[in-house]
Amino acid sequence: MIRSELIQKIADENPHLYQRDVEKIVNTIFEEIIDAMSNGDRVELRGFGAFSVKKRDARTGRNPRTGESVEVDEKHVPFFKTGKLLRDRLNGG
Amino acid sequence: MAEKTLTRMDLSEAVFREVGLSRNESAQLVESVLNHMSDALVRGESVKISSFGTFSVREKAARVGRNPKTGEEVPIHPRRVLTFRPSHLMKDRVAAGNKR
Repeated sequence: MIRSELIQKIADENPHLYQRDVEKIVNTIFEEIIDAMSNGDRVELRGFGAFSVKKRDARTGRNPRTGESVEVDEKHVPFFKTGKLLRDRLNGG
Repeated sequence: MAEKTLTRMDLSEAVFREVGLSRNESAQLVESVLNHMSDALVRGESVKISSFGTFSVREKAARVGRNPKTGEEVPIHPRRVLTFRPSHLMKDRVAAGNKR
């Protein structure tokens, strides 16, 4: 399923809404999640899962091709943990 | 940087603000978006949201695990797990936003 198919499904279920509003709704949801994580916040969607930010410490990496050492700065990466309900549903629960 | 936790309420509040539907309907729409994504994943489909990321379902084979406390062997059944791969845009924004 891709973004446009998701938008289409929501539009089909809500014939009273304009297509562009449905697009705005779906986009707002994803935008809000990215925004929260950019501020270092968590987004917890019970039953679905939780988005959070993890810190990766600075380290000395290596260029795998040349074997050369490179300093990698500390950075923050997005992380998603599946919710219990969805995990159970994936396994026939 | 005080860490907050956002919930469905915050997402529906954002929809309410941006689109001007009632709070109630905004909440229902957030719920349907999550439901459609969950249903697709349960059917075994990937969910690809451009510039957000990709959720995909992976099959894990059965293996013998061990209770780390007792050392006892326990069979781990084959199962399906969900993985999320953030888009470059998400990674870049999260990295930039959390830089000190």
